[in-house]
Amino acid sequence: MMAIGEAAGLKLGKATRDAFGAALKDLGNEFPNLVTVDGDVGNSTRTEVFAKAFPTRGFNVGIAESNMVGVAGGLAAAGKIPVVSSFAAFLLCNAFDQIRMSIAYPGMNVKLVGSHAGISIGEDGASQMGIEDVALACSMPGMTVVVPADAMSAKKATRAMLEHVGPVYLRCGRIELPEIYTADSPFEIGKANTVKEGKDVTIIANGLMVGIALDAAAALAKTGVQARVLDMHTIKPLDEEAIVKAATETGRIVVTEEHLMAGGLGSAVATVVARTKPVPMEFVNVGDTYAESGDPLGLLQKYGLTAEAIVAAVKKVRSR
Amino acid sequence: MADATKQSIDQLKETAKAIRRLIIQITTEAGSGHPTSSLSAVEVVTALYFGGFLRHSKVNPRDPKRDRFILSKGHAVPVLYSALCQAGYYTFEQIMTLRKLGSPFEGHPNMKQLDTMEASTGSLGQGLSLGVGHALACRLDGFDSHTYVMMGDGEMGEGQVWEALASAEKYRLANLTAIVDQNGYQQTGATKDVLDLKPFAAKFDAFGWHTQVIEGNSMESVVEALTKARAVTDRPTAIISQTKKGFGILPVLEPTGDLNYHGKPLSKELAEKALALLK
Repeated sequence: MMAIGEAAGLKLGKATRDAFGAALKDLGNEFPNLVTVDGDVGNSTRTEVFAKAFPTRGFNVGIAESNMVGVAGGLAAAGKIPVVSSFAAFLLCNAFDQIRMSIAYPGMNVKLVGSHAGISIGEDGASQMGIEDVALACSMPGMTVVVPADAMSAKKATRAMLEHVGPVYLRCGRIELPEIYTADSPFEIGKANTVKEGKDVTIIANGLMVGIALDAAAALAKTGVQARVLDMHTIKPLDEEAIVKAATETGRIVVTEEHLMAGGLGSAVATVVARTKPVPMEFVNVGDTYAESGDPLGLLQKYGLTAEAIVAAVKKVRSR
Repeated sequence: MADATKQSIDQLKETAKAIRRLIIQITTEAGSGHPTSSLSAVEVVTALYFGGFLRHSKVNPRDPKRDRFILSKGHAVPVLYSALCQAGYYTFEQIMTLRKLGSPFEGHPNMKQLDTMEASTGSLGQGLSLGVGHALACRLDGFDSHTYVMMGDGEMGEGQVWEALASAEKYRLANLTAIVDQNGYQQTGATKDVLDLKPFAAKFDAFGWHTQVIEGNSMESVVEALTKARAVTDRPTAIISQTKKGFGILPVLEPTGDLNYHGKPLSKELAEKALALLK
């Protein structure tokens, strides 16, 4: 199997979690109220990069996600900007009610960062894979949900979430991803980036699937199909304008994400399409299943998160 | 930051009585709520707000240097609304809108509605973690603010509480006091029957907290315990406040055969009897 982004001619870069950790440290002086709260996986989520540079501002409360989120809520109520992180699965699933009660409901200025999202974490297996985190985060009123596609956008998203006042969920991944953006590329919460223009179909993707969508677009181009690729890095609030434009101009939409079908990007986009400009849609995602241990690319292959699967979905949606 | 109000013990007892009257009045008017869970906590809340412990400001309720009181057992919020009314934050007419559509005096504390509420609570077990966060932030900012968190004894069944106890000990948060309003009952019965956590105080001790067990409906005991707690400078403090659910109107509750009397208001008739007792 080819590396992600290889067919599109992209160069492999850092993982989004690495870019996030480095960015956090770089922003430590500019945001004196920034603190981190960890559940003893700071070396995995990369908040330890910040905590080592600013030791009085990093709190590791142990393997106790519920308390971790509550402590962040208290810190925020007292004027701090807490970045609370764990594996996406443990943060959103274990501490869901604490996020609801201590952060979302009172509208606390807490930044939730879930690393190890998706099935591409690989060998650790399904218990460690956050594949329902986006649905859970999006379900909460007032929550902003961001899924960056590469290291550069993860770096920019880190600044953007600190500048944003209110609760944010930032989803990061474990593995290295191709470089899609440069330092000059725009990144604005709630505004999709068109990473490739096209008129025949739009592939709406986020996270790791953006690179794979670009691979699919390269393959489609060889068959004469010009696919537009939208990086919908913000699922909430959703860039409805870009979706309506895509539906209107390309008439077909495929949505792809490294997440369950239920409650993810696909559901969010479909709701907008149904309400505004109904067009045929197809979906490429984890579906309705838990995954398993294995190498990351092998898992993506087995669970259908590939350029080939996107190409097949494009063919199907164009035939409807 | 304004100094805390400091009443004498006799004055505090009168204030407690006035707060109890308000609790009965507003919950009976609302037609729902948790008057008995509120009544057990009256002495502690009264002592905090009127006994010289809690520095708070009507002008700027969110003053960063204030002391904090987080009501983790959020269903007892009538005691807090009543204390704040008694302290002049709100009028009687305002708190009589308790639980009505459009009222900021909701069934459980909502900090977005009222700047006097330190936390939005109601899902039990979460207030102490918030208190740890406040205490850490105050320490980082160099403020000598103290954070008090009140929990119920039934609430101690929540695992998060024990996570919070451990983390407060890790950071030696001497600016944090947990108060357990141990009224002995929870929704479906006596706490000892539902989930007995005995030995209770020993657990706090074992978690490294300075622990006191007191008679929580005795104003003298409460004031003494709060004073002692503030004198501890090397670790967080816990006050196990042994109370009676519905304290102050027990002679009215006894004939109903329901000493728990959980989550329901007094009828107008019972309320009148209760108010007569609290004259």
